[in-house]
Amino acid sequence: MTAAPAKNHEAPAIREPDVTPELAAEYGLSREEYEHIVRILSREPSHTELGIFSVMWSEHCSYKSSRIHLKKLPTQAPWVIQGPGENAGVIDIGDNQAAIFKMESHNHPSFIEPYQGAATGVGGIMRDVFTMGARPIANLNALRFGEPSHPKTRHLVSGVVAGIAGYGNCMGVPTVGGETQFHPSYNGNILVNAMTIGLADQDAIYYSRGAKPDMPVVYVGSKTGRDGIHGATMASAEFGDGNEENRPTVQVGDPFTEKLLLEACLELMETDAIVCIQDMGAAGLTSSTVEIADKGEIGVTLELDKVPQRERMMTPYELMLSESQERMLMVLEPGKEHIAEAIFKKWDLDFAVIGYTTVERRLKLTMYGKEWCDIPVPPLVNDAPVYDRPTCAYQKAEAIDDAAYAALPPSNSPLFKEEGRKRSDASAIDSLAVLIACPDMADKRWIWEQYDSLVMGESVFTPGITGTQNGKAADAALIRVSSDKALATASDCNPRYCKADPFEGGKQAVAESYRNISAVGATPLAVTNNLNFGNPEKPHIMAQFVGCIEGMAASCQALDYPVISGNVSLYNETAGTAILPTPVIGGVGLIPDWSKAMDIAFKNADDAILLIGGTGTHLGQSLFLKEVYGKEIGLPPRVDLDRERKHGEFIRALIDGMLVNACHDISDGGLLCTIAEMAIAGNMGADLRVEPGNNPVAFWFGEDQARYVVTAPMSDVIVAQAKEANIPCTVLGHTKAGSLRLADGGAIDIEKLRTLHTSWLPDFMR
Amino acid sequence: MFTLPEAPLKRLPCERRSCYSKNMKASIIVFPGTNREKDMAMALERVSGRKPQLVWHKETDLGAPDLIVLPGGFSYGDYLRCGAMAAHSPIMREVIDRAAKGTRVLGVCNGFQMLIETRLLPGALLRNKTLKFICRQTNLRCENGETEFTRKLGKGSVIRVPVAHGEGNYFANGEILRELESEQRIAFRYCDERGETGSSANPNGSTANIAGIFNKRKTILGMMPHPENAVLTHHDNDSGLKLFEGIVEALA
Repeated sequence: MTAAPAKNHEAPAIREPDVTPELAAEYGLSREEYEHIVRILSREPSHTELGIFSVMWSEHCSYKSSRIHLKKLPTQAPWVIQGPGENAGVIDIGDNQAAIFKMESHNHPSFIEPYQGAATGVGGIMRDVFTMGARPIANLNALRFGEPSHPKTRHLVSGVVAGIAGYGNCMGVPTVGGETQFHPSYNGNILVNAMTIGLADQDAIYYSRGAKPDMPVVYVGSKTGRDGIHGATMASAEFGDGNEENRPTVQVGDPFTEKLLLEACLELMETDAIVCIQDMGAAGLTSSTVEIADKGEIGVTLELDKVPQRERMMTPYELMLSESQERMLMVLEPGKEHIAEAIFKKWDLDFAVIGYTTVERRLKLTMYGKEWCDIPVPPLVNDAPVYDRPTCAYQKAEAIDDAAYAALPPSNSPLFKEEGRKRSDASAIDSLAVLIACPDMADKRWIWEQYDSLVMGESVFTPGITGTQNGKAADAALIRVSSDKALATASDCNPRYCKADPFEGGKQAVAESYRNISAVGATPLAVTNNLNFGNPEKPHIMAQFVGCIEGMAASCQALDYPVISGNVSLYNETAGTAILPTPVIGGVGLIPDWSKAMDIAFKNADDAILLIGGTGTHLGQSLFLKEVYGKEIGLPPRVDLDRERKHGEFIRALIDGMLVNACHDISDGGLLCTIAEMAIAGNMGADLRVEPGNNPVAFWFGEDQARYVVTAPMSDVIVAQAKEANIPCTVLGHTKAGSLRLADGGAIDIEKLRTLHTSWLPDFMR
Repeated sequence: MFTLPEAPLKRLPCERRSCYSKNMKASIIVFPGTNREKDMAMALERVSGRKPQLVWHKETDLGAPDLIVLPGGFSYGDYLRCGAMAAHSPIMREVIDRAAKGTRVLGVCNGFQMLIETRLLPGALLRNKTLKFICRQTNLRCENGETEFTRKLGKGSVIRVPVAHGEGNYFANGEILRELESEQRIAFRYCDERGETGSSANPNGSTANIAGIFNKRKTILGMMPHPENAVLTHHDNDSGLKLFEGIVEALA
């Protein structure tokens, strides 16, 4: 099963469709784009060539709508080794170690075929990372599903989670974090964003650049079949109804083969045989070959007969466009093919020399004794269209009057049902009971318990706040990378904020990531982003896109938190309805001593509970308004980036100085939800009071930014230090066994709180 | 040049290292798809102070180990029954041969599945009752403290060890179960924190809450949970340590 070139040299009777502008349109190329291809070639393209242009110029591969705006993102910092443009970004984490990471979407395939779509998404992103010579050490996923009552939601949750688990667990890479939200805007278009972090030595990183002429081009991994043809084009179009017909364009994953591919590649990378390497992801053999040719400023000739094939009588068009998984393309030092071949044989993987590099910068393909393609590489890459799509003045949400919501509402609290209390007895605890059990905040154990978060033996913090797989609960996952150091990582985005005000929403996603990393005591170093939006040809969608990018850029700049890799997923619409703008941030930070890392759980009775960063005043777009009033209204909270940075640095100093024994950032649900999570995690209650003179609803549930809750046996030092640093800091109360109790009325047992928090998802999935 | 934040002031005390041993030699067999060999190697090294040997499945020479470990993972993708392909690989003949001669064998998770598939241990491992992969902490009650594997634990002691598997639902028919019980061959049962073996403590539907079993001579231990993930300080739980310490002490 290894190394045998395909034997079907006999030319099948290939009847290729006639190439016309209409066919080009079917492949997603506009009339102008087609005419430009004819100009580049000085002739009509062959069917194979048309296919190659269509995938290379698809939104997915060319970033034609997004490219001019992505340039606005800061990508530099002294610790950045490789920014966007390679398979993944690379940062320096000291001691000659590098962290290599990226996030990528597999939205459309996962909606059509949830198990395989999600599985191959995870497989693809891991390949991006180990292509660069890194061993993947952590996976995360950011999932967004339609509203729970939608008939497809349960089936999609079930399939996506099983697919992620099936692939990640088999690869032996721990899935350590992520997020899951529900919103009707995702009813017809779910989001599955997967992130992988890998670890490599800085002097052993591999790139897709660097190939020289007259070197062998080598194919390794699985055989090529007819699966996934035109996947990149599908990912670049809106959904109509009946997209299930596209099921054959979803690839099928084989995590076992990928595990072998990982081990074989890493083994080969210990020799000096590889010149450059590129995985075959979207647009498979086409994009990997073109990438290597373009970056090396060379040409490539492929003898396609030699490509290991799973099916008989495949055409050059099919071979070039197939998205069969678990394949890699590499250029080797001439004469070292036997070294590589021996390693791939050991791992029972296909290995074939399928072509060679050339001085002349052309992509040439031969098969069945014929030439099927002859395209100049530079214009194939550089003339890919770039669009400055029109935007419009964006209609932000209207501001609300927070004071109008100062009275605690007679709520839909589950506590009323149980206890037969009068509605007039309502307290903040009743609203807490609603929020802590709502789909976005409820415990996601049903999901993460299917992920192996412990394999590799280096996990310190794993998902969830109660009954976690490694004992502790924290704002970010934590993975050791040496006996002392650990990487912290989290994924974040609040799409409702982004819709109400794209600029502030984009800012907030980065700021929240910064907070989550800081809250465990790690220094935020860099992010990857996954920009999920609707149809960019609509000006208001483009305005969302541009606004979010500019907001993210502002945050990344101010927080020294550059973007080192990312992915853009546009056309997330079904039947004309766009998803909420969802620019997901995957952040990574470093803590030099993992044993100092801070979790969220209350530890001892009578510890002081401190609110750092100011009291809550802002209710616009809060989870409280959404869940208690059923309203998605108002402007999102404003992010003050100076304060964000200052407060983050203060928190990290407290943790490093071992002055606190728990820390949690305040985000969705506001202060009271934050404290409730700390209480559930620590199985320890608290006595709390509202600072006099505040709107109690905004105090407990406002989502003002740059805030944290910490606990400490001694609060005086912290209060004094905060005062000196001019950072708001107040003692809210103390931890106390048993229940969460508010001075202005209302209390709840921790056990009851835990039951509310943990029941929703398992009940929903039952 | 990027410099890291200031060096920490305080270090945790070094990992507690057992003083006996240095002598126990362990070989961990690595199959295509094995993925917990590193975890197992870290655990054994921590306890014995000696790096175990990793043996690729295509090798036929095992060396002269005191302990053979079949680690966790998805050997051959587990596309057939879990562990079934590995059970028929060439190195397995050598393992069976050594086991017959009395070399101690520890099989964890996928390794336990292999021991079942080679019939070195009786019963079967079925899909979890929930039909889903489960990764969570479980409590295990030691059912026989008189073996080389469990001598430091003692009968009735409870340890906290995570499971991570899709097919760990141990099945034994009445006859096998009676035999296991009468011969004290049940090593561990899933239980709650107090050691009670109710059905709510059973993560996967295993017969009689069984999490691990011995062969007749108590020289082979197969178990689904992962003690190797409960030995280091950052695991926040080192209750798997005594299991490894017992083995190392016995085989030193």
